[in-house]
Amino acid sequence: MKLGFSPEDEAFRAECADWLQAQMAGPFADIRGIPNLCDAIPRRKEWEQQLAAHRWSCIGWPEAWGGRDATLAQQVIFAEEYARAGAPNRINHIGVELTGPTVLAFGSEEQKARYLPGIAAGTQIWCQGYSEPNAGSDLANVKTKARLDGGDWVVNGQKVWTSLAHYSDMIFVVARSEEGSKGPKGLSFLLMDMEQPGIEVRPIRQINGEAEFNETFLTDARCPADAMLGAAGEGWKVAMALLAFERGVSTLGQQMQFRNELDAVIAAAKANGRMVDAMIRQRIAKAEIGLRLMRYGALRMLSGTDLAAIDGAALTYKIQWATWRRNLGELAMDVLGQAAEVADGDDYAWGALPNLYLYSRADTIYGGTNQIQRNQIAERGLGLPREPRGNA
Amino acid sequence: MEFAFTQEQAMIAETARGFFAENATSARTRKAMAADGIDRDLWASFCTELGLAGIGVPEELGGVGLGMVEFALIAEAAGAQVAALPLLGNARVAHALVAGGSPDQQAKWLPALVSGEVIATSASGADAVIGNGTLSGTFRFAPHGGCANLLVLTAGDKAFLVEATAPGVSVTQHVTMDQTRPLATVVLDNAAAESFADNAAAIRALDVTGWICLAAEALGGAQAALDRTVAYSKERVQFGRQIGSFQAYKHRLADMMIEIEQARSAVYWAACAVDEGSDEAQIALHSAKAFCADTFHMCAGNMIQLHGGIGFTWEHDAHLFFKRARSVSSMLGDSQWHREQIAALVLDQAA
Repeated sequence: MKLGFSPEDEAFRAECADWLQAQMAGPFADIRGIPNLCDAIPRRKEWEQQLAAHRWSCIGWPEAWGGRDATLAQQVIFAEEYARAGAPNRINHIGVELTGPTVLAFGSEEQKARYLPGIAAGTQIWCQGYSEPNAGSDLANVKTKARLDGGDWVVNGQKVWTSLAHYSDMIFVVARSEEGSKGPKGLSFLLMDMEQPGIEVRPIRQINGEAEFNETFLTDARCPADAMLGAAGEGWKVAMALLAFERGVSTLGQQMQFRNELDAVIAAAKANGRMVDAMIRQRIAKAEIGLRLMRYGALRMLSGTDLAAIDGAALTYKIQWATWRRNLGELAMDVLGQAAEVADGDDYAWGALPNLYLYSRADTIYGGTNQIQRNQIAERGLGLPREPRGNA
Repeated sequence: MEFAFTQEQAMIAETARGFFAENATSARTRKAMAADGIDRDLWASFCTELGLAGIGVPEELGGVGLGMVEFALIAEAAGAQVAALPLLGNARVAHALVAGGSPDQQAKWLPALVSGEVIATSASGADAVIGNGTLSGTFRFAPHGGCANLLVLTAGDKAFLVEATAPGVSVTQHVTMDQTRPLATVVLDNAAAESFADNAAAIRALDVTGWICLAAEALGGAQAALDRTVAYSKERVQFGRQIGSFQAYKHRLADMMIEIEQARSAVYWAACAVDEGSDEAQIALHSAKAFCADTFHMCAGNMIQLHGGIGFTWEHDAHLFFKRARSVSSMLGDSQWHREQIAALVLDQAA
């Protein structure tokens, strides 16, 4: 058992750190440390393309598709250095981390050639069409319908909480393709072009005043019959495999962002004198402990061979970071006091820490609420009886 | 990335788990609780048959080598059974001798500590008076102090070796809430006391070994509290359902698992950081002690609550875990103290 990385991996770290730091100090300094997902979209597209030009856009992918065949350790290191350099959140996170691995796992060669180059080049932004008004925690209750019409799938229904749909070029949609089917059966996984008359996007304003989420209406929206991963009716399998990619290496990069957030809280407490308060000190220490335990939990998960241990760490990871970040938002407000409740300008717009306080309320909901996480941990981790299902 | 157990480490863990599960039974532990808090047969097998008391002591000094990760594996397995053993005192003193003892002190004590013939404890005294080769004062809360032959007593930045049979030494064992590790008060009146060759190294080793031991014990205890409660929740039926099918119950068990997974990262992060001499070792040690003690206390409390009335009986083992958890929480710095050390490291260093 060892804590660190190998000398080869550390050399790789130096290489990506140098490049990223130079970019963020030079040509992309204007978007360094930009906190939210919706600002400066054109510049961030240019940044995606800059990453691609230097083969940093999807390093975990095979070389043949624009990646570097990077090892797990190298992917972790890149994610850490990316956040450390203050590079902005990837607007094509969904394409790189979710669509790509899913196409690589389930797609034909022809499909790979159709979908992967645009993601690798940073020219095609993807979004995720899973949740619906009546399919949130109960994701299998999808009502959006797909039927074959000649050579096309014709899709009707509504998706919701579609992050960045208003800036996306493509969407993957889970739709019910077998009339009368229920639950996880009879679903298909479709890859659709956003630029078409049958798709309408309406932004949803969130509690922090921003609009990163959207409602996405599909009205006779179309895609070719072969724009589908997996067989017709087997979309659930693909959708679940994709969710497993979601808890991959990006978690460690995310932690570097959390580090920056905790450092901002610590700096605020030092600046305004709250650091002498014994309770504040205890809470800062708790946050510090929690952050470091997240790191070593993730390393345990990624370096383990003991599957039971990996599952335990993986199952508990989402609720752990989401709760940690919510607590940090509350600590930030207690450190800053009333000053944090007054906006800087005339807009309903917030600096990093007040925004963290508001935004972190979403962290414990999206991607499986804390309550759903506890059900999963109890059922899959501890082997307890499953929740009873209703008949409605 | 190799933050996972090696094959050898996994084997040590497996051996230790099997040994304690088979031998540190409730009946045997309760027998020890009614006496002086040590299951002598268990201790003898632990030291002589398995040679586990020699972990962390170099081979040239009579031990089996290895490091803190391996020691933590052993302490975790002992904690899972709330075993009645003088592991804490012996390990702390052995590590202190390895780190700060003179060659003579090492030769005199280490073989007998590794074989288990000598039982050791450690305590500190606030009012100690250091004489010329002697020590006076009151040293409280020495774990298994009533059984100890060798006392390592600290006064400020000095640590001393005192033999329990020396003139001027009196030891009073107390009725203690956690009967698997009864506490004693040591009073010295000009007793012969030998200083360590390197006091700072000895005191550091006492701290490090003690914190790792308690954190790992707490991890094992917390996991056992969860495992036993999960098993019960699948057996017990109320309202025509296994009680483990109720969400209020399930979610408490899930919360236990969430904390335990972090506690596991904490123990092995700290143990590894010590073995590697990492810059993070200090913050890791404080994190591990605070987090694991809190986790154990939460899990043991839940164990009682989730067993209902039977969990409150003397007959059920839940109180063994609950009382050990309480004792671990207060011993060698409580969680508030450890967190304050972290706050000081994070906040008070010059910018």
